[in-house]
Amino acid sequence: MGILDRFLRTARFSGGVHPDDHKRPAADAPLRVMPPPARLYVPLVQHIGSPARAVVAVGDHVRKGQRIGEPQGAVSAAIHAPTSGRVIAIGDIVAPHPSGLPVRGITIESDGRDEWCELEACDDPFALDPAEIGRRVARAGVVGLGGAAFPSAVKLSGGLGARVELLIINASECEPFLSCDDRLMRDRAAEAVDGIAIMLHATGAREARIGIEDNKPEAIAVMRAAVAGHARIRVEVIPTRYPMGSEKHLILVLTGREVPAEGRPSDIGVVVHNVGTAVAVRNAVRFGRPLVSRLVTVNGACVREPGNVEVPIGTLAGEVLAFCGGLRVDHGGPARLLLGGPMTGMQVPTLEVPVIKGTGGILVLDAAEVGEGDGGPCIRCGDCMRACPVGLLPLEIAARVRVGEVDKAAGFGLADCIACGCCAYVCPSRIPLVQYFHHAKGELAARTRGTQRNETIRTLTRAKAERLEREERDKAEALARRAAASLAAAAAAKQSAPVTEKVAEDANEESGVCA
Amino acid sequence: MSGRDQFMPAPAPHAHAGTDVGRTMRRVQLALLPATLFGFWLFGWPAVHLFVITVGACLLTEAFCQRLRGCESRLWDGSALLTGWLLALSLPPWAPGWIGALGGVIAIAIGKQVYGGLGQNLFNPAMVARVALLVSFPVAMTHWVAPLPLGSAGAPGFMEGLHITLGTLPVPDAVTSASLLGHAKTELSRGIDLAQALDAAGGALAAWHGVRAGSLGETGALLLLLGGLYLLARGVIRWHIPVCVLAGVALPAVVAHAIDPGHYLSATTHLASGAVVLGAFFIATDYVTSPNTASGQLLYGIGIGLLTWIIRSWGGYPEGIAFAVLLFNALTPVIDRYCRPRILGRTRRGAPIRATQGSAE
Amino acid sequence: MLAAILSLTILGAVLGTVLGFANRFFQVEGNPLVEEIEALMPGSNCGQCGFPGCAGAAAAIAAGQASPACCPPGGRSLAVTIAQRLGVSVDLGGADDPGPLVAEIDESICIGCTRCIRACPTDAILGGPKQIHNVMRDSCSGCAQCIDQCPTEAMVMQPLPVTLQQWFWPKPALRG
Repeated sequence: MGILDRFLRTARFSGGVHPDDHKRPAADAPLRVMPPPARLYVPLVQHIGSPARAVVAVGDHVRKGQRIGEPQGAVSAAIHAPTSGRVIAIGDIVAPHPSGLPVRGITIESDGRDEWCELEACDDPFALDPAEIGRRVARAGVVGLGGAAFPSAVKLSGGLGARVELLIINASECEPFLSCDDRLMRDRAAEAVDGIAIMLHATGAREARIGIEDNKPEAIAVMRAAVAGHARIRVEVIPTRYPMGSEKHLILVLTGREVPAEGRPSDIGVVVHNVGTAVAVRNAVRFGRPLVSRLVTVNGACVREPGNVEVPIGTLAGEVLAFCGGLRVDHGGPARLLLGGPMTGMQVPTLEVPVIKGTGGILVLDAAEVGEGDGGPCIRCGDCMRACPVGLLPLEIAARVRVGEVDKAAGFGLADCIACGCCAYVCPSRIPLVQYFHHAKGELAARTRGTQRNETIRTLTRAKAERLEREERDKAEALARRAAASLAAAAAAKQSAPVTEKVAEDANEESGVCA
Repeated sequence: MSGRDQFMPAPAPHAHAGTDVGRTMRRVQLALLPATLFGFWLFGWPAVHLFVITVGACLLTEAFCQRLRGCESRLWDGSALLTGWLLALSLPPWAPGWIGALGGVIAIAIGKQVYGGLGQNLFNPAMVARVALLVSFPVAMTHWVAPLPLGSAGAPGFMEGLHITLGTLPVPDAVTSASLLGHAKTELSRGIDLAQALDAAGGALAAWHGVRAGSLGETGALLLLLGGLYLLARGVIRWHIPVCVLAGVALPAVVAHAIDPGHYLSATTHLASGAVVLGAFFIATDYVTSPNTASGQLLYGIGIGLLTWIIRSWGGYPEGIAFAVLLFNALTPVIDRYCRPRILGRTRRGAPIRATQGSAE
Repeated sequence: MLAAILSLTILGAVLGTVLGFANRFFQVEGNPLVEEIEALMPGSNCGQCGFPGCAGAAAAIAAGQASPACCPPGGRSLAVTIAQRLGVSVDLGGADDPGPLVAEIDESICIGCTRCIRACPTDAILGGPKQIHNVMRDSCSGCAQCIDQCPTEAMVMQPLPVTLQQWFWPKPALRG
């Protein structure tokens, strides 16, 4: 990459930061495969969209790869058993989430045999119809492995309803500490490229570009060699800058074009997939193998043997750490336990949370890596504004949120915030800017929910009032009818009284009350 | 909707660049140091005493206000120290001590704490104090002395200097002098051509080496420039404001001087005398009271420069940078409102850009 | 002197006439604001606000006698909507707001008398005579009208549990 090219690419988006990447030595350690632990805790929602519905019962025996959760709705993903064993519980487990709230999940006790269920293989994926590839990927429960965990099938085969011209493979891995994509490319380059070729076929794009940051020379070399035979797949070396892996920024750097705000990459004919997803797609289409494990970077100063591990989905973070030699207690002890990278990852309250499809890293950082320090008031230095890769004014937004003016914050472009954390990373006063933004977004969403709820309740209230009115009217009419009828009956000869009508009305009243 | 009774983890990001407010303040102070020491040398012990009193007053007021407001003490983040420092540099070096003390109280109490403390003030605290003093005590605030370097004959010693600062010893008439800008203004008002007036004052170029009458810290223009460049190199400030302030003063000066050298000072004189360099690099660049965006800063800088030149050329005061800074501080919220960066994927007006299907590159 | 008095008198007369006409021509019958606010309210007439029904509360809010946040079933979102409509700021009570309350039935005490079912303005309670009743959370307006109806005190108002999808970060604690 020439200096000029590098400059031009760097200049394409303003902002961003250059944190220490801390990727080595973990990235250079050989990949390890973790055997399934005794128990796996598989949440039924590991993706963006509606939760899956459990399709097994407690006590059922399942085999590895067997579907245990059925997707519900248009955007959802299937869940599969990560190993063979017995379902011992379906209920709440601690979600891999900062709130520590429960999530519905299936607990499986491994039988130690780890035997696959029957899989539907395919020798020539390129003979398959793109829609069929989409179906197979959906059946395998593949979601974006870069972190957002968006169901891949929706993005793969025309699910977005727009023509895709360019497939971008996100291998930038801009988050510090994480190296699972790097390791995956170094060890499974051929598989990744095969997956990319299948994705090209499925999306109908003309070409694929693999964006790799220039701090991963080994991966670049291996991938370049692997794409040698493919005319339509290119490796593009991009500058190392956070947040290069943000979809919109990667597209901007690779194509020079901006995704419209409030829009999607498909609006400009681009679709972005993570490189790990490409391997998952290949496994799904070629071998019918569902997504039941993933590469996880275990890193941080407090981890004894940092490196990349292939972990069955549902393994508890604590067990993965134990597999990596456990935690060190020197360095002043662990300061943060994170799922994901340090910039956007989540601190979880306990080690007893499962690895899910979107978990790219388990980090145990010490205080120095976290860079804890004392905060202060905003001095309006504007560093956050210059660091913002989207062009927002974080200080202004936070100031509005601070005094509760969430609507005004929205007026400053809150919805365009990608929560990359650059602003809070550079803030000399250590203002938790991202938390302000998360809070404001949550508050706005809660208000919308509240408004909907109020509307529902208004409708229901009106419906009941109308129903009561109608019943009142009906009763009055029935009463009048009965009076007339009894008059007529009295007028007629004293024959048998019309009892049936009264019975019918009593029944009517009962059902009305218990509606 | 908060996680009640839950252990509340810290939000992302879980990394930090390691910058902090104190370091920024320390860098600014380091950048000011050469010019300050030069000022001490040039004007002797009274200047040192005045400096200590001013800074001390600022720190005491800050501590007092913070206790009064009941907030946690942030005395040592260096912001009060910096305010006092800048204020001291903008005072006449032999000004009586009470001027410095009063200025310190005004700067911190009225200029900063009544707004809510650090980061909340609309105006630059040091300039608020300077202007308040200038308007209230015009004589004391324009009583300049000729350079009398430490160790030179006639320079007051430590105790003598203390007496001068505390007002128990009158300033000898012999050392009283006029600043170059003040001299030019007086001579012009007497109807004397600038060419003759400045000849008598030792020429415009005399201003550059800094051995001249003026405020405590403004005379060492080259040293200030050096400090400013250090701040630029360190990324503490960015070029937009200083360059624009300097250009805003220099450009109209070049034009006007070319047209009528008898009435308008040359650009060199404008830049080298008075507090333009100090103002451009250290005062106008105050984070709190200047616009955030690059375009806003360009506007703000040009405005300050122009206004300074206008006040100097046509106004009633020989020096105008303090007024110009305050005026544009007041305009900062307006500038910030209209100069916003473009959001990715949106037009400057904020609408989403139009999606264009087509081949990439 | 005379000119001054004259001109001011004429000015006063002209302006007075204009104002008088304006009053006549631009007069508004009733208060559309009250109706508008009433349309936003839940309409269950639960009386938790202390006013006679939602119409009474709407009138009070429009007249400035009640806070836009006076309606517990409407919650924060209603308060914000009304405050925006009125162009006033509203104190949402800060962080200790437990969110909307909904009725909950203790199934071990419920005797299935259907009284709560009859009282519920939104038909949010399921069940029949001699059957244990159940509250549909999504439909419960939180009006609490059922609470007093229950002969066994099996009903209580509980905050809606926060789900993973609804949880969001609290506002950072203020510093400095």
